[in-house]
Amino acid sequence: MKGWIGKVLRVDLTKGEWKAEELDKDMASKFIGGRGLGSKILFDEIDPKLDPFSPNNKLIMATGPLTGTSASAAGRYMVITKSPLTGTIACSNSGGHFGAELKFAGFDLIIFEGKAKEPVYLYVEDGKVALRDAKAIWGKTTHETTDQILSETDMDARVSCIGPAGEKLVKYACIINDKHRAAGRSGVGAVMGSKNLKAVAVKGSGSVTIADKEAFRKATLDGFQKIKANPVTSEGLPAYGTCVLVNIINTSGIFPTKNFQQSVFEGAEKISGETIADDILVRNRACFACPIACGRVTKVKNPKYEYFGEGPEYESDWSMGGCCGVDNLDAIAKGNYLCDVLGFDPISAGVTIACAMELFEKGIISTKEVGRSLNFGDADAMLEMVRAIGYREGFGDALAEGSYRLAEKYGHPEFSMTVKKQEFPAYDGRGAQGMGLQYATSNRGACHVRGYMTSPEILGLPQKLDPFETEEKAGWLKTFQDLTAVVDSAGMCLFNTFALGGPEVLEYLKAATGVQMSLDELMKTGERIWNLERLFNFRAGLTGKDDRLPDRLLKEPISSGPAKGRVVELAKMLPEYYELRGWDKEGQPTKARLKELGLV
Amino acid sequence: MNKKISVYPEKCTACRLCELACSFKKAGEFNPTASRVRVSMFGEEAFYTPIVCTQCDEAWCLKACPSGAISRDYGARVVKVDRERCVGCRMCTLACPFGTITYYAPEGKAIKCDECDGQPECALFCPTGALVYQEESTPTRLKRKETAKKLESSSKEVQL
Repeated sequence: MKGWIGKVLRVDLTKGEWKAEELDKDMASKFIGGRGLGSKILFDEIDPKLDPFSPNNKLIMATGPLTGTSASAAGRYMVITKSPLTGTIACSNSGGHFGAELKFAGFDLIIFEGKAKEPVYLYVEDGKVALRDAKAIWGKTTHETTDQILSETDMDARVSCIGPAGEKLVKYACIINDKHRAAGRSGVGAVMGSKNLKAVAVKGSGSVTIADKEAFRKATLDGFQKIKANPVTSEGLPAYGTCVLVNIINTSGIFPTKNFQQSVFEGAEKISGETIADDILVRNRACFACPIACGRVTKVKNPKYEYFGEGPEYESDWSMGGCCGVDNLDAIAKGNYLCDVLGFDPISAGVTIACAMELFEKGIISTKEVGRSLNFGDADAMLEMVRAIGYREGFGDALAEGSYRLAEKYGHPEFSMTVKKQEFPAYDGRGAQGMGLQYATSNRGACHVRGYMTSPEILGLPQKLDPFETEEKAGWLKTFQDLTAVVDSAGMCLFNTFALGGPEVLEYLKAATGVQMSLDELMKTGERIWNLERLFNFRAGLTGKDDRLPDRLLKEPISSGPAKGRVVELAKMLPEYYELRGWDKEGQPTKARLKELGLV
Repeated sequence: MNKKISVYPEKCTACRLCELACSFKKAGEFNPTASRVRVSMFGEEAFYTPIVCTQCDEAWCLKACPSGAISRDYGARVVKVDRERCVGCRMCTLACPFGTITYYAPEGKAIKCDECDGQPECALFCPTGALVYQEESTPTRLKRKETAKKLESSSKEVQL
């Protein structure tokens, strides 16, 4: 089977040993790769009930069969582990160049087990593996760590690492690769920190081989044509990055503001993609093999917020912007930069700070706990909290636990805007019903990249759906969730799916691996992955009752704007969704469906 | 018409599709080290650019080659390596001031760009127009026009 290198690196951090194993190709074709294959390995090898910070938890870095090829934006790698934030399975996906370089260095996946006695980093160069002392870089930022490791290894190596936040087990710490790309959500960086693993560096001169070269070349060029013909991937994203969404989502009345108390943000124009392009954009930058290039290289000159780096992208622009009521672009961009260098998820950080702001304004917490005032719209307060989270200093220690644990600590979990303890991204489900259903059912808690219903409900791709309508949303969502599982597992960026769908991904996969399958079989593979994640979560102790939303989204109608008066009508959609998935009324996958999917 | 691969660094987004296209065509595999064009990234300066052989008129590599493996194809106006004659001595890589002829270990041979006999795969795959196969004077003519435009707008300002 081509597309794969055929090797898995298993590293026992407790013993300081490693071994190369053959890739199980039957398992790889049954679960595609990346997210699917990594989840299957985690499912088979750990007890889902374990403490995420136990040495028995595993951290899996997985590429897909397309990673490292010229398929559109196929440079992705994924980190799979049990999440300390949600207690569910976590799979966080990142671009840049690390994933492709891992394959060129000789491995499809790395499985980390145990816990190192002292801080270490792993270096892999053309199949040669070494665990190296990382005591000197422990405590350093992701950028300092990357520079130091490049100087110790090879100037063209690719580095994935954690910052201080990962070391200090911030519940939503991320893993940063190539300085500005992140396996961002669900606290995968904290698990890495709990293992005393500071970084992984890879460098290689190996090849990714392809089963049907002519078909693959044709699929690649056809894919580029479709990316070029689509206005989102050829115009919106390259020119304005993902922040092109700020005005679109705000105009649709679903731009959550002040911890979801409102859904239209007055300051949207000041933080829009267009304003970023005018004020702080230096140029755009692509990840490996990406014809879209949504990455923003930015520079803020204002001495108070000065930095040179990348971002913000839409989610962080919103979480530290609209969600905190902040319209100061320089401060938001600086906050995003701090998240990059200190190593944590700006979505969870911003939404947790917004929760604290609401607690503060409602008098539930005061300057006594926070150490200062913490009102909505206070850019400097927001920034101070971001910095404090990264080092778990002062009130940052409480914020580092995420919004659910924070709000619960002070007796008001209803102000936590989370599902399965993970913070919402930047779309108010009340004004986009499919998105609401997606949040409730996502396997890693509130998340936009498990089934991006914004695409049909707001952007009209592949066709326009009425965002307020509940009918047929369950069916659309199931298809989106299953297709997303396929795209992730293949090693492609989800942003391709504005222009490319299942048939295109199938062409790439067939030509690359030589494994023949129908579109139905491919989508069934996506469904298999989705159900496997669900099974993991149920074995970890979750139930259908966790497919819920905060009362604010279910009972408090949106107060103004185009979506005024709306709530998420979850009860209307959830039973249909369960039925379509072949689950029972409690949301438990039935034996019959699991058997059909080859999971029992 | 004398066509060459033109490089427009300001359009490069560092996606490296050129490296993938080249290695896939030349080596039949995806492997940046087999690519005749390589992208350099200077993150701190926000500068990225593909670097590819400019096909020197008086080629250092050709002159340094002791085995007669490197020759000039006058029709296509490119400098080529004859794989059969290359002994893998690497003298060409020492001589080339640009680093655009490299030693490829899996084959034990020197490799360099030959512009794919007039249909360069890198330019076909480049999504932004940072690599274009075109009349070789085009980039300088475009730059001259840019300069002239500045002159035109400044003269207008003076008249106003």
